[in-house]
Amino acid sequence: MAILIDNNTRLLVQGMTGQQGLFHTRQMIAYGTNVVGGVTPGKGGQWVEGKPVFDTVRRAKETTGANASVIYVPAPFAADAILEAIDAGIELIVAITEHIPVLDMMRVRNVLDRSSSRLVGPNCPGLLTPGQSKVGIMPGHIAMPGPVGVVSRSGTLTYEAIYALTRRGIGQSTCVGIGGDPVNGTNFIDVLQMFEDDPDTEKVVLIGEIGGTDEQKAADFIAQHMTKPVVAFVAGRKAPEGRTMGHAGAIVEGGVGTAAEKIARFQDVGVRVAQTPEEIAELIAS
Amino acid sequence: MNLHEYQSKFRFEEFGIPIPHGKVAETPEEARQIAQEVGGPVVVKAQVLTGGRGKAGGVKLAATPEEAEQHARSILGMDIKGHIVRKVLVDPAANIEQEIYLGITNDRAARMPVIMCSAEGGMDIEEVNRVKPEAIIREHIDPLLGLRSYQINALASGIELPYPLWRQFQKIAACLYRCYMESDATLAEINPLIITAEGDLLAVDGKMSLDDNALFRHRDLAALRDTSAEPAVETQAREAGLSYVKLDGQIGCMVNGAGLAMATMDMTSIFGEADGIGPANFLDIGGGADADTVAAALRIILADPDVKAILLNIFGGITRCDEVARGVIAAFSEVHVKMPKVVRLVGTNEEEGRQLLQEANIPDMVTATTLSEAAQKAVAAVKGA
Repeated sequence: MAILIDNNTRLLVQGMTGQQGLFHTRQMIAYGTNVVGGVTPGKGGQWVEGKPVFDTVRRAKETTGANASVIYVPAPFAADAILEAIDAGIELIVAITEHIPVLDMMRVRNVLDRSSSRLVGPNCPGLLTPGQSKVGIMPGHIAMPGPVGVVSRSGTLTYEAIYALTRRGIGQSTCVGIGGDPVNGTNFIDVLQMFEDDPDTEKVVLIGEIGGTDEQKAADFIAQHMTKPVVAFVAGRKAPEGRTMGHAGAIVEGGVGTAAEKIARFQDVGVRVAQTPEEIAELIAS
Repeated sequence: MNLHEYQSKFRFEEFGIPIPHGKVAETPEEARQIAQEVGGPVVVKAQVLTGGRGKAGGVKLAATPEEAEQHARSILGMDIKGHIVRKVLVDPAANIEQEIYLGITNDRAARMPVIMCSAEGGMDIEEVNRVKPEAIIREHIDPLLGLRSYQINALASGIELPYPLWRQFQKIAACLYRCYMESDATLAEINPLIITAEGDLLAVDGKMSLDDNALFRHRDLAALRDTSAEPAVETQAREAGLSYVKLDGQIGCMVNGAGLAMATMDMTSIFGEADGIGPANFLDIGGGADADTVAAALRIILADPDVKAILLNIFGGITRCDEVARGVIAAFSEVHVKMPKVVRLVGTNEEEGRQLLQEANIPDMVTATTLSEAAQKAVAAVKGA
């Protein structure tokens, strides 16, 4: 078992004919992901990499029986692509696209909450269940199957954690990039709960960063609901304060969001915090 | 992206919010002329993208056009927290009975916008939040339903606004929300919204921040960006699609992804701390950067005189290491740099990338496998330089 994706994942690629979409479709197929088709409005009827392309997600789902979709659509059209996937009843939607306007994501999130779809991302590297399926852009060759679940707010830092684990001979159950945008679909707590329930996951790595309060909430959740050990890493310890925080934004945040505060909260609830990406693997091994 | 006070207020006016009918001057003579046209006492206000203008002497009341000219002369060219004043707003002075705060921003935890109102207007709203949070009335706005009339009533009642002003307040709050949504703002605030002696509401100061990711659909607003208010290198970086923040160390960092860029910054600080060595910048080339973007990033780093060593840390997912290598080779073939370079390329197409770099035979370049190793090598390079 694993979480979110495995050998039974039947994947659609929204934006398959674009440059990024095409490159990563090839990479996903090469990894062994069961890509069943693509969606690009106006290109229905074409074939790409031996897979059928459809004009709409609904049509693609009816024809292929897809249960998941990955989105490489450019930012101006990405919110619409997510809404289309929700409307078509896709169970798992993974949005890779970065730079989606935040008000678009607020509307999407409110529609999502009234649906039965799960969204991972946007602005995320996607999902990887080593040896089974890869949805998104994570480099597959750095991972290996094993008992550690990885969840991260940052794209490339997720790879660092996986790389450090694999170099130490420790494999991963599933790696989940939840994305670094202020408004996203799946948060730390959702994924921590899934790892807690997954019999194949024994330990968890959580990668956080400055801004917001998601890490603090994750720390509270770990204290109350997790029996499996968690190791954390928080990026931005040396970040200059107040660069992007607006006036009223700081009110809503309640003045919180520094790395020091997040690290302290993790340590308070017994989560060990690594100083370097390499130390993540050492703490997991010990 | 932040708008100046005058830009914010003019935008508010387009959406039907009453503002004082002032104008912007770039010279003392223009300020006098505007004061003459306005008639009566005016306020001369420095237009800079920072707070604390009043305390710095950047806001002054003038009884006559001559006085307005004098004030403009002293304010123009003033340095307020590192921002040089290039424009002043000359507004008719209002008769203030009471000051109110009214603002909208995004509450990321609630995943929706929130409108906030306080009777303690004119003050720094963060300060109000710290000492008297109950003085701020908040209403979350469902983006699918919009700001509802009953919510505006709750704000008016919460700050004990006199009932005769509720109709005007309803209109202003509704207009502010429309302005917020249609501008893709991340902040729109009126501080203060005043009750005048004549019994009207008037937005005498305003501030807006816009979502950079949404500027593609607001070309008119994007054109309002005041690039004279930011360091030239940040303008250059933004235009190249890079995210750059200047720091005070010696290691020029180029990284893909914000999280990894932050971690790289942390690692170089931690390993260099004992020797006073740290990162010269935060630089994220973003996801899927091509050779041109990489070359532009390197040019920005090389233009910084503080940089004594370069650390290139790329973990390719959507970014391909071979593309990065091509950009690196292009940039270094343009400018001959004697500086030490530490390069770490891992991930998508890493073999191709490493091969390209090896063949290019760039001088003073060392490679690293892990982030800690790369950071340590960069620190050592600065020490040895």
